[in-house]
Amino acid sequence: MAFGPHLLLAALEGLVTSAVLALTALGLSLVFGVMRVVNVAHGEFFMLGAVLAWAITTAIGGHPALGFLAALVIAPLIVGAIALVAEQLVLRRLNYNPEATIVATIGMLYIIQQLALTFYGPEARPVEPPFSYRILLPWFGYSGYKLSVIAASALLLVATWLVLTRTKIGLVMRATQYDSETAQAFGIPVDRVYGGVFALGAMLAAVAAVLIVPISQAHYLMGQDPLLLSFIVVIIGGLGSLRGTVVAAVLIGLSDGIISMFFSPTLAKIIATLLVAMVLVFRPQGLFGTASR
Amino acid sequence: MADRNGFFDLSKTALTRRTALKGLAAGAGLAVAPGFVRYAQAQSSAPIKIGFQSHRTGIGAAYGRWYEKTTAAAVKAINAAGGINGRQVEVIIEDDGTDPGRGAEVVGKFATQHKTDIVFGTLFSHVVIGSAPAAGEAKIPYFVVSEGHHVASTKLNRYVFQPGITDVKSQIQAMAPWIAGNVGKKVTMIFPDFAFGYDHRDYLPPALKAQGADVIAQIAIPPTESSFTKYFPQIPAETEVLYHVMVGPAVLTFVKELGEFYGSNRPQLFGFIDSLEATDINSPGLEFLDGSHFWEGSPRYAQPDDSAAQKAYRAAVGIDDNGAAVGDPKDVSTAAHMFGCWETLYVVKKAMEDAGYKGPEDRAKLVEATEALTEFAEGPEHPQGPKTFNGKIHQCFGIQNISKVEGGKLKVVHKTKIEDGLYEAEGDYTTQAL
Repeated sequence: MAFGPHLLLAALEGLVTSAVLALTALGLSLVFGVMRVVNVAHGEFFMLGAVLAWAITTAIGGHPALGFLAALVIAPLIVGAIALVAEQLVLRRLNYNPEATIVATIGMLYIIQQLALTFYGPEARPVEPPFSYRILLPWFGYSGYKLSVIAASALLLVATWLVLTRTKIGLVMRATQYDSETAQAFGIPVDRVYGGVFALGAMLAAVAAVLIVPISQAHYLMGQDPLLLSFIVVIIGGLGSLRGTVVAAVLIGLSDGIISMFFSPTLAKIIATLLVAMVLVFRPQGLFGTASR
Repeated sequence: MADRNGFFDLSKTALTRRTALKGLAAGAGLAVAPGFVRYAQAQSSAPIKIGFQSHRTGIGAAYGRWYEKTTAAAVKAINAAGGINGRQVEVIIEDDGTDPGRGAEVVGKFATQHKTDIVFGTLFSHVVIGSAPAAGEAKIPYFVVSEGHHVASTKLNRYVFQPGITDVKSQIQAMAPWIAGNVGKKVTMIFPDFAFGYDHRDYLPPALKAQGADVIAQIAIPPTESSFTKYFPQIPAETEVLYHVMVGPAVLTFVKELGEFYGSNRPQLFGFIDSLEATDINSPGLEFLDGSHFWEGSPRYAQPDDSAAQKAYRAAVGIDDNGAAVGDPKDVSTAAHMFGCWETLYVVKKAMEDAGYKGPEDRAKLVEATEALTEFAEGPEHPQGPKTFNGKIHQCFGIQNISKVEGGKLKVVHKTKIEDGLYEAEGDYTTQAL
């Protein structure tokens, strides 16, 4: 294959990775930014989204688009509810202590993963895409659905950004992030904001998973890779910075696509990890993060 | 600590009533403690314990579940027919997480804690390679059902056997003439970047070369990869046959993305069913495979010429004519491999009977008795077909099936002969000390 089309394919693949990664990492970044909680179980919320998408599409049947749309709405809601319960039962009781919550979320990771194994099973199960249109380029074919994932993810990112910057909920969240004690003094129910943010973070991961599951099947171990990549993205972009997260996701996704296509996937991972090390050494607050006060 | 009561003082001979009672109580406590050999006084009635190293979790979990079902069915049949040497067989399962490190720990646990007679049942090649040294160290016979060439390569040790399933090198050699003659001569290989894939990488090119065909590109894909489109541009345009042997949960994606990339204008496909074990061949996105060919150890779909033994085996394990669990058509089995568990257990039975096996002290005798085996006749104990066994390399050789995807089913179109897959032994385990 000639260089041009090869690069195009690499870029397309990279963009799909970026799109899903941006949503997942945004959830992680939001939770850390507002609550200062490092949610190690984030990848499992992603996995739950995919597994629920399978369960919902199987239960509904009929035209694949019908089940998929239902999954796109219902799966994140269920995952959000689970996250809310976990937040109330575990994180709140630990007073959001940074060290304790890391250990607690590691525990949550294993509990969710093993429950998925018990009730869903070890198989990788496919979800039919809502439509299967193959875009025929002169050099190769490409899945129309994959392109729609990029578009859907972009829309969701814009929507999240609007919520955070233009609505009262967003204002309350940002106030809590800026200084939770002062926010509380001004009558903001910080506890409820924390619950909401944790649920929202999990829902973003779940939406990303529902979008990706018609491409890669639902499997109980699928949360590990997104977790690792999300951490990489969030560290490079700056914890708690929305803009940084999105930029870093596109950067990591594209470089992963292009480097792994022209060189090797291992090299892509090496470079991403090296980048993290560099950022930590020379700009610990991340590319777009603000230095801690 | 001072020996105040003179408990350890051997010169003190008088045994008080209290000490005697204490000793009795302690002895009784030991006897009911778990793991204690309760049958010490009656060796012949104790069950034979088989430690099953199962891929219950991790990427091999679908295989693990069906390996357990097949093993349970075989043990039930063996016990119903009187067990081994008149003793019942008991299977103890430990999960290795499809992980080589944990695999070695599990083998150690079987040897020292459960004190099983043998270890059995591993599939994934990296787990076998990781666990084999532990088995050799504990001197516990380790019967794997793995398909990899590592046992036959004689690079493991004298305690590792693969008597129930043919190894990859032999499979490839047996099928290469058919591939070159019926599918195409310019072959591009896509394989997982670990031991099982390397067997294919190393043995397919020479096998095809001998038939006047060539491997023109080899693409290794990391086993944890979840998206494959980025590798497809490496497939040369002149490729006639795409030879694929992917494993793991992402294989459906692999086939779907291949379909999106090529559309109807694709090269011929030849794959190992490993890619689609436990996966419904009629899953959305797999229409692309229609007309392509697969290796199958034992056919997933019931074939018109199935032997009575094959039918009985399928019924015992509980799979229907489509290779899915009876009563749950969505629960597709790993039929192409799991027959190996059934057959291996019957080989173990035969070897234990030949050795007059009584307990762990006879493990060396069991190794020698297994090495002395040469042939397994087709029948209820070996439903997949006849096999020969080479005791020097601890490997069996059987027939292979090449199946075509037709109308949503796999139809066997070619069966190789045992002789097609025989090769020069690369070493000799029997020269190693026991």
